[in-house]
Amino acid sequence: MIKLNVNGQAREVDADPATPILWVVRENLRMPGTKFGCGIAQCGACTVHLDGKPIRSCSTPLSAAEGKSITTIEGIAAEDGTLHKVQQAWIEAQVPQCGYCQSGQIMSATALLEKNPRPTDAEIDAAMAGNICRCGMYGRIRKAIRAAADIEQPAKVEA
Amino acid sequence: MGKWSRRAFIGAGVAAGGALVVGVAVRQGNPIDRLAPLLTNGDNEQLLNAWVKLDSDNIVTAVIPHVEMGQGVYTALAQMLADEMDAEWSKVRILEAPADKQYVSDSIGRDFLFPDLEVPALLEPTVTGGILELAQAMGLQFTGGSYSVRATGQRAMRTAGAAAREMLVEAAASEWQVPASEITTADSMLIHAKSGKSEPFAKFARAAAEQSLPAKPTLKSPENYKIMGQPKKRHDIPEKVDGSAIFGIDADVPGMKYAAVKAPPVIGATVVSMDATTAKTMPGVLQILNMGDFVAVVADGYWQAQQALGTITAQYDKTEADSLDDDAIFARYASYLDEAGEDGGDLETEEGDVATGFADAATKVEAEYKVPFLAHATMEPMNCTAWVRDGKCDVWSGHQAPVNARQAAADAAGLDFDDVTYHNAYLGGGFGRRSTSDYITMATRIAKATGYPVKMIWSREEDTAQDHYRPSATSRFRGGLDKEGKLVSWDNIHTHLFDPKDAPTVPYYNIASHKIRKVDVPMHLRFGPWRSVDHSQHGFFIESFVDELAQAAGKDGYAFRRELLAESPRHLKVLDTAAKMSGWGSALPEKHGRGIAFVPSFGSLVAQVAEVDMSGPRPKVTKVYVAADPGFVVNPDGFTAQMESGIVYGLTAALYGDITVKDGAVQQSNFHDYPVLRINEMPEVKVELINGDHERLGGGGEPGLPPIAPAVTNAIFAATGTRIRELPLSKHSFA
Repeated sequence: MIKLNVNGQAREVDADPATPILWVVRENLRMPGTKFGCGIAQCGACTVHLDGKPIRSCSTPLSAAEGKSITTIEGIAAEDGTLHKVQQAWIEAQVPQCGYCQSGQIMSATALLEKNPRPTDAEIDAAMAGNICRCGMYGRIRKAIRAAADIEQPAKVEA
Repeated sequence: MGKWSRRAFIGAGVAAGGALVVGVAVRQGNPIDRLAPLLTNGDNEQLLNAWVKLDSDNIVTAVIPHVEMGQGVYTALAQMLADEMDAEWSKVRILEAPADKQYVSDSIGRDFLFPDLEVPALLEPTVTGGILELAQAMGLQFTGGSYSVRATGQRAMRTAGAAAREMLVEAAASEWQVPASEITTADSMLIHAKSGKSEPFAKFARAAAEQSLPAKPTLKSPENYKIMGQPKKRHDIPEKVDGSAIFGIDADVPGMKYAAVKAPPVIGATVVSMDATTAKTMPGVLQILNMGDFVAVVADGYWQAQQALGTITAQYDKTEADSLDDDAIFARYASYLDEAGEDGGDLETEEGDVATGFADAATKVEAEYKVPFLAHATMEPMNCTAWVRDGKCDVWSGHQAPVNARQAAADAAGLDFDDVTYHNAYLGGGFGRRSTSDYITMATRIAKATGYPVKMIWSREEDTAQDHYRPSATSRFRGGLDKEGKLVSWDNIHTHLFDPKDAPTVPYYNIASHKIRKVDVPMHLRFGPWRSVDHSQHGFFIESFVDELAQAAGKDGYAFRRELLAESPRHLKVLDTAAKMSGWGSALPEKHGRGIAFVPSFGSLVAQVAEVDMSGPRPKVTKVYVAADPGFVVNPDGFTAQMESGIVYGLTAALYGDITVKDGAVQQSNFHDYPVLRINEMPEVKVELINGDHERLGGGGEPGLPPIAPAVTNAIFAATGTRIRELPLSKHSFA
């Protein structure tokens, strides 16, 4: 049994310590929001926070999380359900298309703003370059991050 | 009960499930009895027709017969239905149609099979009926070809919305004893201003069923659109920001196990033998299966299955393709083209006398272009969950043609179509890849072998090396210019590997004589539609050659195209708009260049101007200006997003996309050797939309792609004088 904290809750997982955190989260903990994309830390779809830092969960073993805190996409909204400002900005800028990479994108973006509340465009690109979006919504991702950082308000799209 | 004769749609009001359910079928026959239980939850819901449901809370549910893969189809089609129905947008819900043959889109089938078919009105019902049967036989409940809005939306959703509205009005007129012409509708309410009466739609849902069906519902004209043309927010986005959206890979079936698979590296080979000694002993491993065309390991967890699979060594039989590599493939193309010579191959289109035109030309230009194989690389790797037991089969996946997927599962399980339930989820990218059913078949076969539910997931490596690729191609051109530099002769022959063909066979430019031929070349790889299909190759070929001709004529690329489009005002407006947006002709910094390209595809006209910075070792695309005319834009923000998306997909291919073959096997495996565009390379994209013809709509998902590669390579030429005749750009050195 490996003990860890996931989205604020103490959890015990009975799995091989070498198992990537991605599969533990998806299969053992039945939280499918974190996605499998490449398996070799190339695409960022599996991004979660380990003690607040973004990691590629497909390439990080469960043993690395022992006694630590993991935050997934399911855990970033407030307890009352209010979405994180990054999630809100994502809706406002109508970022996702297919949506598959977006959990990873949002986890990278929230980690960036946690560390650097007002990033420059170059800092946004550097922090987000590990997250691939095949629908190509990079322009909207930039806009949404700037909006979440109160740098720029995106053009309103009707409800 | 009644008949609705328009386009042979026959409608019928029907009771189902013990409740009064109102129906207007939009298909031949009477499908409502069967469809109602699939769409309704209880007694207080009223089915107005196969595309719209009205419940007692006055909620209108649009039943969308297409799948959502990010293109915004749920929202756009709901906008079309809701607008014609005068439904209140905030009370419109969306339901994806079940994978039922009744939702096979005859309008899609028709456009897909016979795009230019014009038939006399008298014969319309017969022809449409015949096409419907054909479409059903092909399983065309299909999302692709940029067809959803322009076919299903324009023909089915709007008509259904208008019909529902008219029936509700008739019902209210009858109850209120007032002329129907005095009743107005707005925000899901029926209103009779004279008497001050006002009631929600839902109150008349049942009574509406008893009204005669409108023979031809009146559709709104654009000045009366309230919801169409508005940038409504997409319905599917909120669940895509909190992790709750369910994709095929997220299927959760009690007791399911996980399968990892590996197919022979040379497509078409079979697994002769394998050594699974180590795999058998590994934790969690339940079964190791040699399926002939692939090996599967089934385990308690996916990672365990993958780990075990990695220890298996397999021997494959020899195939004719074993010695094939890229050089041999392009040499094969060259030899087929050489053999076709000046008159061989299959004639696709011919007008005027090309040979004389070329012989008499003052300036002759010849060029050959090449593009490589491309993988789709959807973010969600291929996957499918299946459970075969007791003569039944359940399948969970994301597929662009759910009826096809259901049929594929039935075939693989050895069951009838009716014994299979197909559960479609969101698609983590489609781009044409999820229109083929190979992964459905594989998962169903595994599940049949195990007897318990199994989730099969392809590794990224399998996804890259076992795709249904965009074909590579070689295309040869000869063009002739007269003394004034006017294009008078266009001769093109190209290789062709994959049907159905959906390429520009006639240049959209006005050229006195042209001839286009293709040669079919055999190839062992599997091919499939890849976003914008043949336009992805031919857009690059045609728009590159036009640019070369412009240069030979001593003319500016934009001015040269203007001359060729002089008689097409709608085309010209699109071209002019993109040029104007870009500041065409204004000065740029040194080693920067601007390139223009114009490609009509899928009914939409799109022009793009790209700006490139060639001051570094690799081309950097800094800006892309897009002008697009799809006839009428139903959702401007959604359409803009599709333009942005098509550009990134096409730019990725232009810069990097290269699937190569060695010893018959695809060499690429993951994003490190099949790189894609990342955010730090994202150009600034500006889009302007033009509503040029509201009666003939074009698509949005694909038309943004074809112009980007030639716009970029034309810009590189402008900046450096180097003409790119082979993609991707990563093959070329610019140092």
